[in-house]
Amino acid sequence: METPMMYYIVISLVMFFAGVYGFMTRKNMLMMLISIELMLNAVDINFAVFNRFLFPGQMEGMIFSIFAIAIAAAETAIAIAIIINIYRHIRNIDADNLDDMKY
Amino acid sequence: MEYTIFILLLPLAMFLLLGLLDTKLKPRVAGILGTLGMTVCTALAYYTAYLFFTQSRVDGVYPSHTPVNYEWLRFTEHLHIDLGIYLDPISVMMLVVITTVSLMVHIYSLGYMHGEKGFQRYYAFLSLFSMSMLGLVVATNIFQMYIFWELVGVSSYLLIGFYYTKPAAIAASKKAFIVTRFADLGFLIGILILSFFTKTFDFATLTANPSAIITESAGMTFMGCSVASWALALIFMGGAGKSAMFPLHIWLPDAMEGPTPVSALIHAATMVVAGVYLVARLFPVYCVTPEVLDLITTVGAITALYAAIVACVQTDIKRVLAFSTISQIAFMIVALGVASDTDLHAGLGYMASMFHLFTHAMFKALLFLGAGAIIHAVHSNEMSEMGGLRKYMPITHITFLIACLAIAGIPPFSGFFSKDEILTAVMHKSTFWGIWMTIVAGLTAFYMFRLYFRIFWWKETDCSHHTPHEAPLTMTLPLIFLAVVTCVAGFIPFGELVSVNGQPYHIHLDMSVATTSIIVAVCAILLATWMYLKENNKPGNIEKATSVLHRAAYRRFYIDEIYLFITHKIIFNLICRPIAWFDRHIIDGTMDMFANVTQCVSARIKGLQSGSVQGYVWLILIGSLLVATITICCCL
Repeated sequence: METPMMYYIVISLVMFFAGVYGFMTRKNMLMMLISIELMLNAVDINFAVFNRFLFPGQMEGMIFSIFAIAIAAAETAIAIAIIINIYRHIRNIDADNLDDMKY
Repeated sequence: MEYTIFILLLPLAMFLLLGLLDTKLKPRVAGILGTLGMTVCTALAYYTAYLFFTQSRVDGVYPSHTPVNYEWLRFTEHLHIDLGIYLDPISVMMLVVITTVSLMVHIYSLGYMHGEKGFQRYYAFLSLFSMSMLGLVVATNIFQMYIFWELVGVSSYLLIGFYYTKPAAIAASKKAFIVTRFADLGFLIGILILSFFTKTFDFATLTANPSAIITESAGMTFMGCSVASWALALIFMGGAGKSAMFPLHIWLPDAMEGPTPVSALIHAATMVVAGVYLVARLFPVYCVTPEVLDLITTVGAITALYAAIVACVQTDIKRVLAFSTISQIAFMIVALGVASDTDLHAGLGYMASMFHLFTHAMFKALLFLGAGAIIHAVHSNEMSEMGGLRKYMPITHITFLIACLAIAGIPPFSGFFSKDEILTAVMHKSTFWGIWMTIVAGLTAFYMFRLYFRIFWWKETDCSHHTPHEAPLTMTLPLIFLAVVTCVAGFIPFGELVSVNGQPYHIHLDMSVATTSIIVAVCAILLATWMYLKENNKPGNIEKATSVLHRAAYRRFYIDEIYLFITHKIIFNLICRPIAWFDRHIIDGTMDMFANVTQCVSARIKGLQSGSVQGYVWLILIGSLLVATITICCCL
């Protein structure tokens, strides 16, 4: 018997809000980056699942998740480069210390 | 005759070369280069004149040529601005005058400006001026003329302000530029009105059908005068500004702050006759509006008398010459004003005006260059510093005397012939103006000989500390050349070459007019001799007896003061200050208000931009939840 669609969606929901929670509470920027990845993966799951259950004969959702994964990888590379640069300037990667450019 | 384009391009190339290299060139090299360029240019101009006046006449008229014409801007089907070269008797005559005087000034300046700072810049500006002036006279259309008209204004400005460390020179250059620019505003409006109705800028088309302006604008009037009169009067206003006609003459005496050769070239021989040339160029069009010609006559006659009276009491020798220039140009203007194009005799004034332009350019350039040699020797412009110079500067003395005799109208010098033609033409039209101009001619003889005697006779200079000496050869050579031209120019059969409709006109002296003018001139010269030959009290006594009049004339009848009063007291106080207030408080105030409001609002809300990433995420989350809630509520 096939696993119902609801299960997948619940998993994805939990992952997404875990990501949101982590993004808002963790001060370390690497942890924030990991939270963003979590949110992105939750969305990828949604794409795949909806495609699988609602439009079985088509491929758009799958293709989209592959795109999203590729873009997430590129984004992570950039984010890590930024974080390393920030570290070189202020010798830590705490998001609360990054308010030099406010107003 | 396509090579005529080089008459323009050569001085332009010289200007660019000398102007760009500037101090990279040795002063001597720059001077010689500029002079060589001008020599070639002069040779080309003479060759053009030779070709033009030896070609065969068609229907008794020298056919005019347009060797170069390039369409520059096209506005409508009919209206377009061209740049080109138009050769007809008067433009060829002007080419000869300009290149001759310019060449003489180039040579003369080698000696006069020797050792001056900015010698290369001076030659660059001279070339620029020559190019602009030549472009002005060969213009094929009125707009090209306007372009070069402004260019000569600019080069005049640059050369008057050549000694830019001297406050008086700066003030004079600004004054010259602003006054002529103000007059040019009228010129531009006139051009626009004229071309709007006739649908052409072209001189050839305009003069071929001169009454087009009347027929095209029939029935339209403004303040009681027809559109045609307004257009032509406004164009004349531009000419009056450049030619220093009363009441726009105020810039010319001040322009004498420039170097003396510049005064000779620009403010005596060439640029200031541009106004006369303009009227002559458009003469057939002016003939369809006789009321404008009457206006021109009146303005010219008033200017002639005014300037002659003022010239009698000035003590700065260059100022005397400046006022004499104004007076002589007024002669040409009057001659144009009394002419008409119905037949050769009625058009005598036109020929006389051009003839006087030619002879005046030569002898007035000679007078200025002579004055330059004198200033070079005594290091002062004031008459009181001079006297008895005839022994020290024999060449300058003789050439100056020849020029004085020419301008006073003594035969056989050139000025006699041209002035006599003018007086005949004026007398023919109206006896009143005829007598008026004869009196002015007498005054001319008087003030020129006052100048001559004060410089070369009067007292014996005290030579213990400084002996004046004759100028170097580069300066005396142009003097001698111009003196020779002054002696022979009167015998040129000028009427054969230039006349109102192009048909040859045989100049013949009107004996009654000639005799009268000679008697008047001789009397004036004798009076000047009696007063100024030896140092005495007579001039001082006359001055005391007429102190009010003398002071008024010395201060040029307070015209400058009236201008200052009108501009400073009336225009500045009543118009400019309220407008400045409006600008500062209303317009600037509106802009300030926008800026202030923006600043206040941003100061209030800048706290939102806290810089903490997680704060932003909270806001995004709350925002998206709100949007989601609203969407869901709406859907339900």
